[in-house]
Order: sequence, then structure tokens, then C-alpha cells
Amino acid sequence: MFRNQYDTDVTTWSPAGRLFQVEYAMEAVKQGSAAIGLRSKTHIVLGCVNKANSELSSHQKKIFKVDDHIGVAIAGLTADGRVLSRYMRNECINYSFTYESPLPVGRLVVQLADKAQVCTQRSWKRPYGVGLLVAGLDESGAHLYYNCPSGNYFEYQAFAIGSRSQAAKTYLERRFESFTDASRDDLVKDALMAIRETLQGETLKSSVCTIAVVGVGEPFHILDQATVQQMIDAFEIVGEQEGPAAAAGQEASAEPEAEQGGAAAGEGVAPMDI
Amino acid sequence: MTKQQANWSPYDNNGGSCVAIAGADYCVIAADTRMSTGYNILTREYSKICKLADKCVMASSGFQADVKALQKQLAARHLIYQHQHNKQMSCPAMAQLLSNTLYYKRFFPYYSFNVLGGLDNEGKGCVFTYDAVGSYEKVGYSSQGSGSTLITPFLDNQLKSPSPLLLPAQDAVTPLGEAEAIDLIKTVFASASERDIYTGDKIEIVVVNADGIRREYMELRKD
Repeated sequence: MFRNQYDTDVTTWSPAGRLFQVEYAMEAVKQGSAAIGLRSKTHIVLGCVNKANSELSSHQKKIFKVDDHIGVAIAGLTADGRVLSRYMRNECINYSFTYESPLPVGRLVVQLADKAQVCTQRSWKRPYGVGLLVAGLDESGAHLYYNCPSGNYFEYQAFAIGSRSQAAKTYLERRFESFTDASRDDLVKDALMAIRETLQGETLKSSVCTIAVVGVGEPFHILDQATVQQMIDAFEIVGEQEGPAAAAGQEASAEPEAEQGGAAAGEGVAPMDI
Repeated sequence: MTKQQANWSPYDNNGGSCVAIAGADYCVIAADTRMSTGYNILTREYSKICKLADKCVMASSGFQADVKALQKQLAARHLIYQHQHNKQMSCPAMAQLLSNTLYYKRFFPYYSFNVLGGLDNEGKGCVFTYDAVGSYEKVGYSSQGSGSTLITPFLDNQLKSPSPLLLPAQDAVTPLGEAEAIDLIKTVFASASERDIYTGDKIEIVVVNADGIRREYMELRKD
């Protein structure tokens, strides 16, 4: 995408009928670190890659609990994502207060989309630079939506956004037919596999990713590191079919993704808890 | 020309009594389950007790519509707190929030007489007692509602702690054990329901301790 004379502000159309500022905002989403989501009939799993600016800093929080039945993973300008999460939390609280029942996910994503659309039609505003994967459970079942800066939203069986998300999308496209009836644990494993695809060579450790689950009888919560590491170790051993367990970090010869199972020496940047 | 009087009141009193007692490592909060209006009983099975946070429980007597609205407000504010702080509100924090919420409506008050009970950050029992507009105090025990005039003198006799002005500072919480405190509550309600027409039917007793929150019931006179 090259600079041109129609991209100065969001209220200018190009002759081809494009709003370049909005498209640039969607570029910002592609630059953020990856976030993925997948759903079955009863559960939705969100995952994201934890990327820290430097060895010394913590990574940014990309998955937010919005309510017991809704959570969101973001990619792009995390500051914009934080603000939108706060908006979503407020909407859920107000709806619960008035109607004594949880806000249906479909309603929330429409409100979110309308909020994003406003920013594409005001000369004094800019579009939000963040893509949101909204995971939620309501009376009509489990849902996964993607809200983009343009104000559009789509429902997905599984999706990935952010940098190197194409690798994850390819994996998900191969496997998505099995998701509907998958068990909760299989869904989490698939999420971890999808995240591994975006790492492209880097070892998959629990410090590098964050996983969150919401489902029937299971309020939205982020899995703790120990649980995630256990799941990584479990499917590593089964998947690789190597001889002894990879505790000492045995490399697989041909595999580009050589993993070290829960090695004590595996240091990632410590995530901030808040 | 006589002054014009209101021909209706926005308030009603649904009666009932609430009690809370703080112990060294527990807190007992109890209320009867009768809801009345005038000389009539609306229901014998209404809960006046609400869990506000993991270690914080509130019992309120007065106008139950206002009580319900107050409980909803506090629950919503607690959710916001959890989102922002990533943890549950402590009992003392909730106590201050309740006080502020009540005073916010200083000129059209919640007709709600509250006792807040729970564990503080160190796991010690604490009880906070309120008036309708948010004046509050941390105490070792408290009673509110229609039976409070009958209950409080009895609690004073059994639990009265030394003045908080004394030096060295003495603890307000009772040295009584959990089981004894519950027994005391049952005695106190049984007595109150003898003479207070608005107190009776059943007592709901909630115990907050390190193991969590537990609920008990006891039958009272139905008359």
C-alpha cells in the first residue's frame, strides 16, 4: 500500500471507492502479535502470543475478561484494545443491572461495530487500530466474532489475527471441521498448535503464550501458566513420538519446530499479572 | 390555609431484624426471613442477606425495594473493582463503598438499615454498622431493624467489649467460639420474635470464615 493523495484523512474517499485511513488501521492489526480463537458447540478458546518489547519488560495484556460469559483477545494497538474492553465491560454491567441477565454476545459485537464505524465517519477522529476476537456464550450457544477497525464484524468457527496469523489460519482451515464436537481439552490443544504455527521455529512455552477458555458451566478465565505448560508437555510427547520424554530438550532432527518440554532453564519474559 | 401534606409516601417499612457478630477468625450474620407491610405478612421466606464479595456479607432491614436497589448497585461496583484490581474487594473497602453509596443519596435516602460482616485482610472477623445515610462504625457486634431495641441490650450484656477509648487498645471482637456465637444468635432471635411482631418465621444465619461462606436456618414463631 503506497502513500497517495486520498489517504490524509478518514473522511476522504479515493476514486476507487476506498477509505485508505480505515485500511491503514487494518494494517495496524496485522502488525500486532498474533491472537487466535476457535470454538466448539459448547466452548470457545482464545489464545495469544506474548510479545515483550525487550528482555527487561513485561508483555502487554492482550486477553481481557469482559464478563463471566464473554472474553476478548486483541491484536494491534493494545491501548485502543484496553479502552474498548473497558467499554465492553461497562455495557455488560449495565445490561446485567437492568435486565438481570447476561448480555447476548451478538448484541455486544454490534454495539462495538457501531462504535468503530463512528470513527470512520468523523473528521476529528481516527479509526481504532485494534482487531478484536470476541468469544462469548449465550442462550443461542457458543460464538466467536471478529470485530475490525472498519466497523465490520464476522462470526467465525475459528480465526487468527495479527502477525504471522496466516500460518495459524492454514492450520485452522485444515482442522476446523473437527472443532464443533471437540472436547474442551482438544480445543485447547488445537489452540496451542495454532499458536505454535505462528511462532515459526520458536519453542512453544507457557511463558510465550496466554490461553483463555469460556464454555458451558465454565466462566471465562485465563489458564494459569502451570496448566498451560502441562498441556504443552502432554501433546509434545504424543505429537512428536520421540523416544524418551523431552525433559532434557531433545531436538527432533527434521522438524522445524523443535520443542523443549517444561525445561527449568526455559526463561520467557515474565508476564505482568494486572 | 394549612400546609399541603403528601398523600403518599415513597417509602414503606418491610420490618425484620438483622444481627452480626464478629469473632477472632469468623463472622456470623443473621436476619429473620419475614417480610411484612403494616400488619400484614407479605412472605415468610424472604432473604435479607446478600453476599457482596468473597469474604463480605451484608444484611439489611427496612424498605426492601431500596435494599434490593442498594445490593444491585454494590454488586455492579464490585464487578468494576474486580476488573480494575484483579481481586475481590476486602470487607473494609466494601464498608467504605457502602457508606459512600448511601451518602450519595443523602437527600432521598435508601431506607435501608445495614450491617456489614466479614473477614478483614488478616482473616479476623469484622462488623460494620450503618444508619440510612451512611454513617458507619466498625464494631464487635451490631443489630438493626424492628427487633434491634430488644436485641441490642441483650448483646451488650453478653458481648460488651471495653471502651475503644481505653489504652492499651482492646479488641472489639468477641472471644466466643463460632458455635457459641451461633447459639447466641438463635437465642436472641427467639427472644425478639416473642415480643416484636415483625420478627419471626425463620432465621437465616450466614457464617463467614477461612473455609468460605456457609448458610444455616432455624425455625421461629410464625405468629
